[in-house]
Amino acid sequence: MAGGVVEKSTSNTSTYAGLGVFMMLPAWAIIGFFLVLPVATMLIYSFLTKEFRGGVIWEFSLAAYDQFFFDRGLFGDDPARIEWTYILIFWRSIWQAGMATFFCLLVGFPTAWFIATRTGANKSVWLFLITIPYWVNLLIRTISMKFLIRDTGPLNEWLMASGLISDPIHIINTNFAVQLGLFYSYLPFMVLPIYASVERYNLAFSEAAADLYATQWTTLRLVILPAVKPGIIAGCILVFVPSMGAFLAPDLLGGAKNFMIGSLIEEQFKGNAGNWPFGAAVSMILLSMVLIVLTFYARQQGKEGAH
Amino acid sequence: MAAKTDLRRFTGFLPMTFVCLFLLYAPLIIVMVYSFNDSKSITNWGGLSLRWYEEVFWGVESAKFKAAALNSLSIAVVAAISATTIATMAATAMLRAGRFRGKSISFALINLPLMVPEIVTAVATLVFFSAIGFTTGYLTILLAHIVFCIPFAYLPIAARMQGIEDVYEQAAMDLYATRFETFRLILLPLMMPGIISGFLLAFIISLDDFIITNFVKGAGIETLPTAIFGSVKQGIKPNIMAISTLLLMVSVGFVTLSWLVGRMGQNKK
Repeated sequence: MAGGVVEKSTSNTSTYAGLGVFMMLPAWAIIGFFLVLPVATMLIYSFLTKEFRGGVIWEFSLAAYDQFFFDRGLFGDDPARIEWTYILIFWRSIWQAGMATFFCLLVGFPTAWFIATRTGANKSVWLFLITIPYWVNLLIRTISMKFLIRDTGPLNEWLMASGLISDPIHIINTNFAVQLGLFYSYLPFMVLPIYASVERYNLAFSEAAADLYATQWTTLRLVILPAVKPGIIAGCILVFVPSMGAFLAPDLLGGAKNFMIGSLIEEQFKGNAGNWPFGAAVSMILLSMVLIVLTFYARQQGKEGAH
Repeated sequence: MAAKTDLRRFTGFLPMTFVCLFLLYAPLIIVMVYSFNDSKSITNWGGLSLRWYEEVFWGVESAKFKAAALNSLSIAVVAAISATTIATMAATAMLRAGRFRGKSISFALINLPLMVPEIVTAVATLVFFSAIGFTTGYLTILLAHIVFCIPFAYLPIAARMQGIEDVYEQAAMDLYATRFETFRLILLPLMMPGIISGFLLAFIISLDDFIITNFVKGAGIETLPTAIFGSVKQGIKPNIMAISTLLLMVSVGFVTLSWLVGRMGQNKK
């Protein structure tokens, strides 16, 4: 049993005591130099002045954050009003990510439960089937989805050929297409942590509930769901966080009307509309939001652990 | 089960599982099927044919795709080897070296690439290379790839190491093996399945990356995903479906290999 192996683990052995720092050094160096330092640089860039056609001028400025939150008119001398454009893009991203998370939970929970209650080798095969698509290139998966749901794509062709509809359903370039794309991109992230939680769930609780005349759905609601809550929360975060900053699904499936944060950031670094400090500022705001969600999650986990 | 009804069963959960699998696989299967479509229009079915594969290998755009594939492969190999080496050392430090300064923060640091949204990493890396005056190109892609490959290599390696009791190493040391010999002759062979899984996962992750590569690649160099994205911007052509199918097969092949190696390791135990 996998669990037994882990329990017998010897994670505190010290065959190589004294060499810890030395062996950790490459990881610290690479991640520190090429991730931590870049994020710090990005923070600095968000407070610099923009250079037209990309790049920055090394002069302190709050213009990037000002542009995000305030509208000062065409010439910048009108009284400041709240700028809704970017807040709206953030709100849309949160909404889209939330809907995708909801769909993932709706499909992912029953799937995770079903797999976790299989026995023996079956279980790992089912689990493997769920994880395979995750390892397929996200770009290819998104292109596949786009191909499938186009107005003249196979889905509409079949539905029309079977006589269910007479005109193609217009899915592509709608909010729903983006939600579908995000759902499709991150579904395995929902299934896996819930699976891990359900696996630890003791069916004796369900038996006890059944003995006390609870129906199956009452048991699900009052016994099972609270017990596997940590897995559900973890799954929701793992889907929600990458969905919010996603670029490919909104870009390929959403079209120009369904702009999300990812595209807003990308636009600042490509082409002539580029504004690096603004792109850096939007990235900082996104990163802060993600860190808030993750901190909240870590505290929640800490509380669960304390009980 | 002794109970009258099977408590594991919920009405509708099995169909939902099939819905889940269907949704995950349908788009991929359809693209695979249509990549063999003889028709020039991507919508109508015109019979089986390999013409789009021919187009990928010998057609007008083949030079572009070959160069991109070569870049993707070489970057994935080097990034995966580097990330696996770094991750193996890090796992040994975390699980076999007792306490040391900075241990508690190390775990967070290793997983940091998973927590920072990809697009933020992409922007940060681009801005950083520009700030230190580094020209974007092959090397910047490679460095960025090593960073985000580390946690993917680390997870299976650490999981495997956690399952290995240190009695074997203790025995070796009792027999006067040096620590380096113990590592090379005892720990490393025992860890091999984990290391191979880690390498394969890192390799696929590198091969798959689009967003970060797209930011740090600079002009004039393409990897397979960025080349595909460039083509798709002008509409999905059948040769894109053929190339997608090929890439898909590579990914699925490697994941299956990684899974089988991981299982093999478990059975031996």
